[in-house]
Amino acid sequence: MKNKVRELRKLQGLTQEQLAELIGVSRQTINAIEKEKFDPSLPTAFKMSKLFGYPIEQFFLYQETE
Amino acid sequence: MNKKERKKHLIHLAFWTWSWVLTLAIATFGPEFFWEEKSALTIVAIVVNLAIGILMVLANRKLFNHYDELERKIHLESMGLTLGLAVIIGLTYSLLDQKNLIHSDAEIGFLVGFISITYMISLMVNRKRYS
Repeated sequence: MKNKVRELRKLQGLTQEQLAELIGVSRQTINAIEKEKFDPSLPTAFKMSKLFGYPIEQFFLYQETE
Repeated sequence: MNKKERKKHLIHLAFWTWSWVLTLAIATFGPEFFWEEKSALTIVAIVVNLAIGILMVLANRKLFNHYDELERKIHLESMGLTLGLAVIIGLTYSLLDQKNLIHSDAEIGFLVGFISITYMISLMVNRKRYS
């Protein structure tokens, strides 16, 4: 799934390690999400949404073909 | 992700794994080198080894439950592949033995070794896929 996690993380001035710590996952997981190799669970997406201050659908872009 | 807690689970798993290996060695070689084969000590050694094996599995489950979602996915995919291959290769190996198409008897150690190697390789491949 396409996403804007990297963009929003940088906007918040956070490193992957810091974002991982804040939402309770590993840095590798953040890296995999940013590279669009892994789609996070709903709780993780909600935690990101709360942290970034944007609704989930604004930074996770679902495409029908997936 | 709590790194201290992760370390604690890893240490527990390492402790129970080494204890299991040690008690397995005692149960295997004890009757041969230290006491009579049909001694009650053999039964005690086997029961202790089994109990420690169960504790090792429980420690592994605790560590698994501490993994985050990506790590769980990686481990589950690796376990699925390993289980499937272990059943197929194990039964083929057993069949080869039954039909006397291999020189030696089928040993469980072969299957354990195969499972370990397959799991390690699939973990490495899956980690690479998601990195």
